[in-house]
Amino acid sequence: MKILVLIGNVPDTTTKIKFNADKTAFDASGVQWIINPWDELALTRAMELKEANAGKVESVVVANVGRAITEGTLRKALAVGADEAIRVDADPLDAFYVASQLAAVAKDYELVLAGIEAADYNSAAIGGMLAELLDRKSISAVSGIDFDGDSLKVSREIDGGSQSLKMELPLLAIVQKGIAKEPRIPAMRGIMMARKKPLNVLAPVEAETLTAYNSFEMPAPKAACKMINEEQAGDVIRLLHEEAKVL
Amino acid sequence: MNFEFTEEQLMIQQAARDYAQRELIKDVIERDNKAEFPTEHVKNLADLGFMGIMVDPKYDGSGMDGISYVLAMEELSKVDGSASVIVSVNNSLVCFGLEEYGSEEIKEKYLKPLARGEVLGAFLLSEPEAGSDATMQRTTAEDKGDYYLVNGTKNWITNANCASTYILIAQTHPEKKHKGINAFVIEKNTPGITLGPHEDKMGMRSSDTHSVMFNDVKIPKENRIGEDGFGFKFAMKVLEGGRIGIAAQALGLASGALERATAYAKERKAFGTEIGNHQAIAFKLSDMAVKVENARNLCVKAAWLKDQGKPYGVASAMAKQYAADIAMEVTTEAVQIFGGYGYTKEYHVERLMREAKLTQIYEGTSEIQKIVISRDLLR
Repeated sequence: MKILVLIGNVPDTTTKIKFNADKTAFDASGVQWIINPWDELALTRAMELKEANAGKVESVVVANVGRAITEGTLRKALAVGADEAIRVDADPLDAFYVASQLAAVAKDYELVLAGIEAADYNSAAIGGMLAELLDRKSISAVSGIDFDGDSLKVSREIDGGSQSLKMELPLLAIVQKGIAKEPRIPAMRGIMMARKKPLNVLAPVEAETLTAYNSFEMPAPKAACKMINEEQAGDVIRLLHEEAKVL
Repeated sequence: MNFEFTEEQLMIQQAARDYAQRELIKDVIERDNKAEFPTEHVKNLADLGFMGIMVDPKYDGSGMDGISYVLAMEELSKVDGSASVIVSVNNSLVCFGLEEYGSEEIKEKYLKPLARGEVLGAFLLSEPEAGSDATMQRTTAEDKGDYYLVNGTKNWITNANCASTYILIAQTHPEKKHKGINAFVIEKNTPGITLGPHEDKMGMRSSDTHSVMFNDVKIPKENRIGEDGFGFKFAMKVLEGGRIGIAAQALGLASGALERATAYAKERKAFGTEIGNHQAIAFKLSDMAVKVENARNLCVKAAWLKDQGKPYGVASAMAKQYAADIAMEVTTEAVQIFGGYGYTKEYHVERLMREAKLTQIYEGTSEIQKIVISRDLLR
């Protein structure tokens, strides 16, 4: 089995988010990039599956759609242990465009792992779209994957409980928290070896975009907190109505 | 001229940060309280390659440069000075000393397991009456023909109990003074070696510090490092590099305290606003940030010189003296910013302050660094 893990290149979660002057695009200047946290967990689980199934999992490959700026993120995925990286050299214009690019790459992999959402635009759409484009079975909200060498045991959270399923390959699994305990920290040996691993850059295929961004807005800053002491408790309703204007 | 770190250096920094902020932080206060050695963490750090960061991969090290080492030491020290001193001693005193000056046999037998982190090393130089004045070695290593016979006591030995490999400095030819000193690699379980009690320290409490007594201990001839009489020069050369590790540790204690104090100043309110909006606190943070930045630049510069194969003894002395002194200042100010909370253990800064004090003392006091720097100036 060959595993492909989709790797989103997203701003570090502590980044101060800014937009350009007309608020139509994210301002990426000075941003530190990281692997999308859900994808990082997916990669960690892929490495665990490879290590636990020596020989049966031939390779773990990572792929993303992005310009050269995303290579640091791919290199980190190689340092964590991926055997090879693929970068489709294009701006990730929208979910459909990205899924179309990945469809050209993913067809050779029996198992494709996609994080359930991305920490940037949060469209939570690429995994599902990619499965459709590949005409392949997919399963979402996966929080556990085991592989016995032949078939996959998959568990997922459902309302009020969990579900355990046996799945056949090929499969696209959209994974969420729980898929791996913690993202794996790359060892120095891995960081050193990442230099020598292949990072293949592919030209994009023709694909359309289905989304246009009109404008972005920052959430309103948190309003000041007003403390009300016990004696004023009776005023709460009036204050919520007159001052906070939420009632 | 370029102030950018490489992609690899940044990856190592991030790996160290992730481990420190995710794992070391969990039990750091408890280990400090109980003076408990971080056995599990040392094993994990070894698996990640932190025990032989700069050692050539042909001796099972990670093959990274000195700048990576500084970045890793800073990140680990932001959270836990005890864990970082264990890393520092193993890397920049023991592994460096053996790789640079040990014979091929010594490297095969002793350096490899140390670089893999399977065993730990300790560096035995200080004595009850020979601290800053390391020329006055009372521990003797008599040349008995096919072996050396060692007698004496070593003091303040980091990793003394948990280490299996010691580098020992001892006097072979007292009449030649410091030119008669030798360095040896020796296994801790050699008959005649006993440990004093665990030192109950003010800070770095979960590092493992003891005195070590030698009573008619036999060391094979081939375990001597370098030519006869090379020991003092060896110790001084190794300490030149070791200073970079401790400088980076001091830097991390300071920058860790600055990060905590800054976050607190954005949250804590007094007189109707966040305390960071009061100039008294804002200017303190500003002063702390300048000191931390200066210390980082000195550390990285010293490491860069070492990586380039250029002389770095004075640069590492400057980095160590400055970083240690500002670590004390910055951590003390951090406690002040936290006020009463800072004086309790829960908020970490009091521990960073206790740990910072040791960086002014060990691996060459701040005063000794000033001797190194001023002697070079006045030469």
